Amino acid sequence: MTAYLDPLAGGALIGAAAALLLLANGRIAGISGILGGLAGAEARDRAWRLAFLVGLLAGPVLYRLVSGDWPAVGSVASWPVLVLAGLLVGFGTRLGSGCTSGHGVCGLARLSPRSFAAVATFMACAILTVFLVRHGLAR
Amino acid sequence: MSALRLLAAVASGLLFGLGLALSGMMDPRKVLGFLDLAGAWDPSLAFVLAGAVGVSALGTLARTRMAHPVLAARFAVPENRRVDARLLAGAALFGIGWGLAGFCPGPALAGLVLGLPAVAVFVAAMLAGMALHRLTMERRPGADRGARPAA
Repeated sequence: MTAYLDPLAGGALIGAAAALLLLANGRIAGISGILGGLAGAEARDRAWRLAFLVGLLAGPVLYRLVSGDWPAVGSVASWPVLVLAGLLVGFGTRLGSGCTSGHGVCGLARLSPRSFAAVATFMACAILTVFLVRHGLAR
Repeated sequence: MSALRLLAAVASGLLFGLGLALSGMMDPRKVLGFLDLAGAWDPSLAFVLAGAVGVSALGTLARTRMAHPVLAARFAVPENRRVDARLLAGAALFGIGWGLAGFCPGPALAGLVLGLPAVAVFVAAMLAGMALHRLTMERRPGADRGARPAA
């Protein structure tokens, strides 16, 4: 059970981040929206987005200072797959108006029908993709 | 007022990044382990989502008792409730990309500070994908921003 305490506590911090941004600034803590909105935004709107992203990048540094270790990041994909995946994630999150944070963490919490549909769709597609890659195509 | 708003944004980003690091979800191997129902299934992402949505929902509840955000004049929250083809197609493309590499935008951006080439390659491609969307799908850049969900 302790193996799931860190995920649960980490999730709670992510939820607290979303609640803080909503209650203080009235904004949705959707990473793809905050990042994608940087392009073409007015200067005033750009500042808080950059501020959030600076904080986001400082998060793992703070984790390193507190815990003594960097969080594990082990990519299993080849560079061509990373490029294809990145293009799909970038284009798809903008077309679909959100990712795991905006639709998942924020959208589900405010019972948005769009977010429920989006989460069900991207979960199903991700699960199917992993199944095909790991158990279907190459085997 | 404006400086406080920036401070709140930094604090929110910091909490978000710290939470991602603690949750283990910056590691694509754990994400793919959750998505691999037919393999050695790793349920930890479900705990991350439960914790995140639970606390986020408290924020949503508190919002219903507030006329406006503490530091801003109004809530910039999408009111659109219509499920359309764009939403589903975008979510499908995102899901395929997420399943291919195990990276979604938050963990990938936060992971940049580790200086790993794989993360940088993914983020560069993700930014290119966003730019491609802006060039091909947004006919009036900026004009429809008010109607677009910021999520």
